[in-house]
Amino acid sequence: MITIKGLSKTFHVAKRSSGMKEAVKALFHREYTAVEALKDISFTINPGEIVGYIGPNGAGKSTTIKVMSGILVPDGGICSIMGFTPWQNRVAYVKHIGVVFGQRSQLWWDVPVIDSFELLRDIYDVPEQEYRSNLALLTETLDLKDIIQTPVRQLSLGQRMRCEIAASLLHSPSVLFLDEPTIGLDAVSKIAVRRFIRTINEEKGVTVILTTHDMNDIEALAQRIILIGKGRLLFDGSLDAIRSRFGTHKTLTIVYRNQPEPLQIAGAVVESWSPERAVLRVDTEQAVISDVLIDLSKQVELLDVAIDTQPIEDLIVQLYKEHQI
Amino acid sequence: MRLYWKYVVILFKSQMQYRASFWLLALGQFLVPFSVFAGLYFLFERFEQIEGWQFHEVALCFAVIHMSFSLSECFARGFDNFSGMVANAEFDRVLVRPRGTIIQVLGSKFEFTRAGRLVQSLLVLAWAVSRLPVEWTLLKAVTLMLMVISGTFIFTGIFILAATLCFWTVQGLEIVNIFTDGGRQMAQYPLQIYRKWVTRFFTFIIPFGCVNYLPLLYILDKAPGNEWLYMLAPLAGIVFILPCLFVWRIGVRHYRSTGS
Repeated sequence: MITIKGLSKTFHVAKRSSGMKEAVKALFHREYTAVEALKDISFTINPGEIVGYIGPNGAGKSTTIKVMSGILVPDGGICSIMGFTPWQNRVAYVKHIGVVFGQRSQLWWDVPVIDSFELLRDIYDVPEQEYRSNLALLTETLDLKDIIQTPVRQLSLGQRMRCEIAASLLHSPSVLFLDEPTIGLDAVSKIAVRRFIRTINEEKGVTVILTTHDMNDIEALAQRIILIGKGRLLFDGSLDAIRSRFGTHKTLTIVYRNQPEPLQIAGAVVESWSPERAVLRVDTEQAVISDVLIDLSKQVELLDVAIDTQPIEDLIVQLYKEHQI
Repeated sequence: MRLYWKYVVILFKSQMQYRASFWLLALGQFLVPFSVFAGLYFLFERFEQIEGWQFHEVALCFAVIHMSFSLSECFARGFDNFSGMVANAEFDRVLVRPRGTIIQVLGSKFEFTRAGRLVQSLLVLAWAVSRLPVEWTLLKAVTLMLMVISGTFIFTGIFILAATLCFWTVQGLEIVNIFTDGGRQMAQYPLQIYRKWVTRFFTFIIPFGCVNYLPLLYILDKAPGNEWLYMLAPLAGIVFILPCLFVWRIGVRHYRSTGS
């Protein structure tokens, strides 16, 4: 479905230096530095996948999305999406994709949402029947019935985002690019958006490429993660693969009857301790949880035990650290 | 074309959300050129004629160029405002839609309040036509229409050129107003009254003279030589848009390779 090989892109960015003198100088003469936004990026994505495309700010995420959606022409490399090269044949290609930029609206601000939808129908030349059935499906699954007659400027951010996503699906695209779709949304809206993305992926088989900084999005949606940093591809694999690589730690929070002596448990690191409560970290490759618990119950009278896996957020931070980005 | 109309409709609906502001702006647009026109009137009251041109003849010239200007400001406003589209990356959105960039940018904004200016120049036109001692024929009426239309094309062309520059500068360039506002001010008088190089510049580089001065000679029966040539001169204004469109394409290509 999507094949990317050796994609690279260099930007020439004007050097900025401080000071009034330098600023005046820059009016007449500018020095440019080459910034390699993408260096030899390669991956393939199969139809029906949901891929989380992540990386810190400035890693090259947006550049990749722009190349894949036909906005930018790369310096080198191959990108083939459904047989199209996005930057050639732009008009024919973009009929098959939907793009949502979380921070920018594609709706017309002052008119009811339905008017925007109808104009998009005309822009994309969607046949009337297809438009009707898509609209019905989207209205129902995104619960738009009550807001569709409201001008966009009167919608809340969460309502607007639901409309944005609906707007990008009216022409039944096969690939959907979502650039930070949950940015700034409240918890309820986030969950609604995630559930919807999953629904259209399952029911219509839409391939979804999603950039986000919210690891809960990734956890809820993506079976696969592609991580880039400083323009390089650093990791491509499933969430489970990351878990088994970094997520071998469990956190044990225990509460017990008063115990003035610090605990000494084989195979566990005591992270914090008080006479009533302690937090232990257990590396499951070094020790078995049940052994640790048996050991514990010999030393103290346990009142409560909570075992937590590392949150995915921490794993990603570890991954960033490992690659020094 | 059908799509263009849809853009007009949706933006008109948007504009109607702010009715008071619409009427006030339109009224302003109606009144401002009146003060310019009043200046013209007093000028002729004092001097009676300029280089052999009578007041009503110049008024016709004035009306045509102001009609063209208000039409292009209304319908090509998207290009006039294009720096904003580049600065906030709205143009990326244009590129992910399966339509040409020109029609989408044209459709991004209309300035309906320019109707005020249009009505004002229509009044001046009607008045000038009724006072001129000219025998009107169908061909002359067609020429007059052609003048307005191709004037609109020229202003639109300049807006497109200015917009194209934004691909490199991001910010809009005030300097381009020399050619839009400046061109309007120049071309509201018959070009003959200016120095030779000014006349040449506005005939062969930016062909305002072809939409205004030359066909005016035909309408006023002042044309020396072949009348057809003078009558069809406005076509040059329509041709003017072709190189502008070509330059636009270069600009879009530049944008897509630099992303800024």
